[in-house]
Amino acid sequence: MVSKLIGKKLGMTRYFLDEGRSFPVSIIKIGPCVVTQRKSVDKDGYSAIQVGFEAKKESRVSKPLKGHFNKSGGACYAVLREIRVDDPNSFELGQELGADVFEIGAKVHVSGLSKGRGFGGVMKRWGFSGGRDGHGSKVHRCSGSIGCNTTPGRVIKGKKMAGQYGNQRATIKNIEVVDVRPEMGVILLKGAVPGGLNNVVEVRMAQ
Amino acid sequence: MNVVEIIEREQMRGDIPSFTTGDTVRVYAKIREGEKERIQVFQGVVIRKRKGTVGATFTVRKVSYGVGVERIFPLHSPLIDRVEIISRGRVRRSRLYYLRDLRGKAARIKEKR
Repeated sequence: MVSKLIGKKLGMTRYFLDEGRSFPVSIIKIGPCVVTQRKSVDKDGYSAIQVGFEAKKESRVSKPLKGHFNKSGGACYAVLREIRVDDPNSFELGQELGADVFEIGAKVHVSGLSKGRGFGGVMKRWGFSGGRDGHGSKVHRCSGSIGCNTTPGRVIKGKKMAGQYGNQRATIKNIEVVDVRPEMGVILLKGAVPGGLNNVVEVRMAQ
Repeated sequence: MNVVEIIEREQMRGDIPSFTTGDTVRVYAKIREGEKERIQVFQGVVIRKRKGTVGATFTVRKVSYGVGVERIFPLHSPLIDRVEIISRGRVRRSRLYYLRDLRGKAARIKEKR
C-alpha cells in the first residue's frame, strides 16, 4: 500500500521472547497519517500522496496553509510529508493510514532528527582517541595533524574535524519490526531510532 | 496510562512473590540444553534488587564449595519458572554488598521475627 509513514518516538523498553531472550525495543506511534493531497504525473510530474500527522490548532496555521488543508476536510496538521505511491487515486482525501501497514518481522529504515549535541569536539563527534591525559602531555582532546606540508599544501576535503554534532537528519537502516499493535497505533522496533522522546520519525519499508 | 507503560505491564509477571533484600530465596530457572529444557535450582540470599518495570532485576548470592556465586535474574524473565521464599531476613540496608567480604558464621543474616 504505502512504503512510508510518519511516526513519533514514544520511548524505549525491554522486550522478552518466550524463549527467555530479551532485547531493547523502541515504541513508535505510527500515524494516524491523513491523506491531504494527491499528486499526479499529469499535474505535478510525479505520483505521490501528501499526508499530515499530529493535529494542529487552526489558529496556529497560516492562512495559505489553511486553504491547503480546507481542500482535504479542514483538519490541520503539524507535520506534512510526501509518500511516493504508484497510484495516488487509490487513496481518498482524508483517508487515515496507521500502524497496520507494517508487518511483524519486516525490516524498516527509520529517519529523523538526531539528538542535538551542539559544537562537538573531534573525540565525541568522530571517536578520535585524543592524546594522553598525563605525563606532561599537552594534547588532551585534540585531533592531531590534519594533513601534510607542501604536498598537497592544503587540507583534504571531508577531513573529520570539530563542529555541529547531532540535530541533523539521521537514518538507521534495517530495523526489525518486533510487534505491531494497531489498536494502540504503535509498532515496536528492535533497538534504537534517531532522536529523543517525542521526536518525529519517518518509518519506511526496507527494500 | 501511557502506551509505553501499557506495553511494559503486559510483559510483567504477577506470579512472582514479593521479597526484599536479605531474604533467602530458591529460584527455579529454566535451562535449555539443545532441545531439552530442564529446571535448575539456585538458592541463596537476595543481595540486591534493582527497581524498574520490565527491566527490574535481582541478584542472588550463595556460597558453593567455598566459592561465592552470584546470579542476576531479570525479575520478569520467562526463564524463571518460579521463586520460593525460604526465609525473611532482617537487614538494615538495601544492598548487601558487605556479605562478599564475610564468610562462614559472620555471613549469616538474622531472621525476621
